[in-house]
Amino acid sequence: MSYTAQDFKKGQPRWCPGCGDHFFLASLHKAMAEIGVAPENVAVISGIGCSSRLPHYMATYGMNTIHGRAAAIATGAKVANPDLTVWQVSGDGDGLAIGGNHFIHANRRNIDLNMILLNNRIYGLTKGQYSPTSPRGFVSKSSPYGTVEDPFRPAELCFGARGHFFARCVATDAKGTVEVLKAAYEHKGASVTEVLQNCVIFNDHCHDVVYNNEGRKKNAIYVKHGEKLVFGENNEFGLVQQGFGLKVVEIGKDGYTIDDVLVHDAHCEDNTLQLKLAMMTPEDGFPIALGVIRDVEAPTYDEAVHAQLAEVSAQKKYHNFTELLETNDIWEVR
Amino acid sequence: MAENLEVKVLDQVVVRFSGDSGDGMQLAGNIFSTVSATVGNGISTFPDYPADIRAPQGSLTGVSGFQVHIGAGKVYTPGDKCDVLVAMNAAALKTQYRYAKPGATIIIDTDSFGPKDLEKAQFATEDYLGEMGIDADRVVACPMTQMVKDCLADSGMDNKAMLKCRNMFALGLVCWLFDRDLNLVANFLREKFAKKPAIAEANIKVIQAGWDYGHNTHSSAINVYRVETKEKTPGRYMDITGNKATAYGFIAAAEKAGLKLYLGSYPITPATDVLHELSKHKSCGVITVQCEDEISGCASALGASFAGALGVTSTSGPGICLKSEAMNLAVIMELPLVVLDVQRGGPATGLPTKSEQTDLLQALFGRNGESPMPVMAATSPTDCFDAAYQACKIALEHMTPVVLLTDAFVANGSGAFKLPDITKLDAINPPYVPEELKGKWTPYMRAENGTRYWAVPGREGFAHILGGLEKDSNTGAISTNPENHDLMTRLRQQKIDNIQVPDLEVGGDAEDADLLIVGFGSTYGHLHSAMDELRQKGYKVAQTHFKYLNPLPKNTAAVLTKYKKVVVAEQNMGQLAGYLRMKVDGFVPYQFNQVKGQPFVVEELVNAFEEILKK
Repeated sequence: MSYTAQDFKKGQPRWCPGCGDHFFLASLHKAMAEIGVAPENVAVISGIGCSSRLPHYMATYGMNTIHGRAAAIATGAKVANPDLTVWQVSGDGDGLAIGGNHFIHANRRNIDLNMILLNNRIYGLTKGQYSPTSPRGFVSKSSPYGTVEDPFRPAELCFGARGHFFARCVATDAKGTVEVLKAAYEHKGASVTEVLQNCVIFNDHCHDVVYNNEGRKKNAIYVKHGEKLVFGENNEFGLVQQGFGLKVVEIGKDGYTIDDVLVHDAHCEDNTLQLKLAMMTPEDGFPIALGVIRDVEAPTYDEAVHAQLAEVSAQKKYHNFTELLETNDIWEVR
Repeated sequence: MAENLEVKVLDQVVVRFSGDSGDGMQLAGNIFSTVSATVGNGISTFPDYPADIRAPQGSLTGVSGFQVHIGAGKVYTPGDKCDVLVAMNAAALKTQYRYAKPGATIIIDTDSFGPKDLEKAQFATEDYLGEMGIDADRVVACPMTQMVKDCLADSGMDNKAMLKCRNMFALGLVCWLFDRDLNLVANFLREKFAKKPAIAEANIKVIQAGWDYGHNTHSSAINVYRVETKEKTPGRYMDITGNKATAYGFIAAAEKAGLKLYLGSYPITPATDVLHELSKHKSCGVITVQCEDEISGCASALGASFAGALGVTSTSGPGICLKSEAMNLAVIMELPLVVLDVQRGGPATGLPTKSEQTDLLQALFGRNGESPMPVMAATSPTDCFDAAYQACKIALEHMTPVVLLTDAFVANGSGAFKLPDITKLDAINPPYVPEELKGKWTPYMRAENGTRYWAVPGREGFAHILGGLEKDSNTGAISTNPENHDLMTRLRQQKIDNIQVPDLEVGGDAEDADLLIVGFGSTYGHLHSAMDELRQKGYKVAQTHFKYLNPLPKNTAAVLTKYKKVVVAEQNMGQLAGYLRMKVDGFVPYQFNQVKGQPFVVEELVNAFEEILKK
């Protein structure tokens, strides 16, 4: 059975005009259709926030729950019913502040969840306070003199929690988004997809360097497993390893040839270089990495749970309540 | 039995085993209660242990006790005070003697009453019996440690392993004192240590040595007692603790409903044993997830329910606070969920290993918004099975979270459990949305009894979204419409009010009592015993007890307003009394409140109720 984006659409989204959520939702519908899992076998589970309204616009099973707990709820749903394809949608506030604990543990356990992190670096629904991804010094309603704390960088948190899949896309880049969403689905285990997304009301222009095509040409690098890490309007730049770090070089200059440029290895278990890729920023003279940065297969929690059930079941002699009772010291009163 | 020995037949007897936390007192007590139950005695047990993992050896704070009450007929409590106190060291004697009846038999290991032991136990002199005011004639004192070593000298066991058998010597003495058949004990041990026959035989040898010692040396000084069995309910039995019974109730309910059981939990005393127990039974399809916190435990269980399982979460006092948010989500989503709260002493971390009934109002009302939720409380260790089973039935059939209250007292205590026949347990039928509603169904459409239908993911044509935001009663879309919210609030309340729970039963002098004793949950046995004693004294007294707290039984008002005087007795400052006053017009009861982290003492209840009767 094949599906179209229309099969996954429901209702009229009520986000602000121009909100990055609209772009992302359209890509998600498209990705779902291309993935081809029947809508009734999909659950989309969110917390609270603007982006967490998303399940209401999906013609699948869904839950719009409480602040920060989506990963925990999704965990129960997936472990109890592994046949479900579970997508978990959070914003940066929902997923990394109040939900930070559940986020890291879902990654650590490697539960087969597709975790979407819509990152606009602001609290939108509560009207404009700084979030755990807002930069130091960020001025907002709750930080009129600038924040005095450093932000999380989602990739670092995911890697630190021993995450096995991390991808990044820009909400306005439909092609790139659909591509990483499909890869996230294909990956067995916890996947984190960071979506760079604009909040037109409270944090406009927050991702301007990569938000349109022009910007991405200059400031982004699309990484693809097995391909050279080159970027620029004519792929004139490349990433090479220098010491323990990465370096941007112009191919053909300073003695660097295409042979010196690194080939991306998303499947490499050692995450050192993948993390370096994920952490690159224009402020440090690097392009922003988009695409699947890490994609390593590992045993998933939900499979392991059910494998253990089967294994123990094969070993033990009791398989129902009546048989369970018989495993005790029993006496008879006549 | 020696011929010159007097054997006294008793109606009931209480034995308290006490020693260091590592002395194996719980095991000795368990064996004694099980063997007693095997011959048809009523049993009730209560472990009383410190919160410290391992307090310094021989210290006053490290003493662990295990009390066993056996009776010719049914016993309702582990007993106020003991007839026999086993004190394995000086600290145990010092701290536990207050639980002994005047004239009780005391069993001590003199090897643990050396100068250093006495100093640690803060005795001033070497005359520890004198200091405690104990009559030496009532004491069975022997060098237990040395005798155990001698007994096992040729066993090849090392010193440490031999000392581990000390508890069995004490058990042997107790078995002699109560004329227990050692064959039963031996059978029990051989089964328990089936994989380690050498250990079993060593233990059996030590028990025999303890029995022989009592028989040889004290037969002239101390009476031997026998508790005969009066009436027996035929059937097959096992010894079960409340926490294990709760776990079994969950397993039975899931099986009966044809659902997977999913437990999301975070370890916490005294609820952890439910997680431990359920984690063992993967061969019965039980899924347990030890979550990152209490919040996740509850939230993941709710996710599991959404996905079509029976979601359960277990915790104790401080954990229930953290779960409240997800419990409330379950209320508005109208999904099944069972929340077990094994109450302990509070507030905050309070008294982790002790027992209270102080979470009642939290369970009933501790959530934002109008958030009606069924609440139940188990009345005994074995009743935990039925309570857990019924909590699951209500949750699944009425699409609602249910709070099940037990407490440290019933959770750790044990009783003889008649094996249930699963085919005879109540059917459990969740309200799955009928196929013919496809195309017409919306998520908050209701069945006749007001319950929302359940559409489990995977069913084509029923995809829907649930959420914590208020929904339109017709379409299921998010709605802030004032009238709709008022309607939905009433529908959620009505749904809970419609749940059928059994009527209150009144025991004792139901027709003409001068005093009605009222309680809930784990105090049933103590209140029942208090009623019995008062009636024996000639008073007209009745008792009624709440197992279902929300909704209340339909005859609640009728029962509570029928008697001249009513006393509500609870291990809190009056939570049930206040709740009943709110629910029953003009109801003004007497109150008996005690919050010591310890079970009621029947004698104190009798005295307090007698005062009320005399007023």
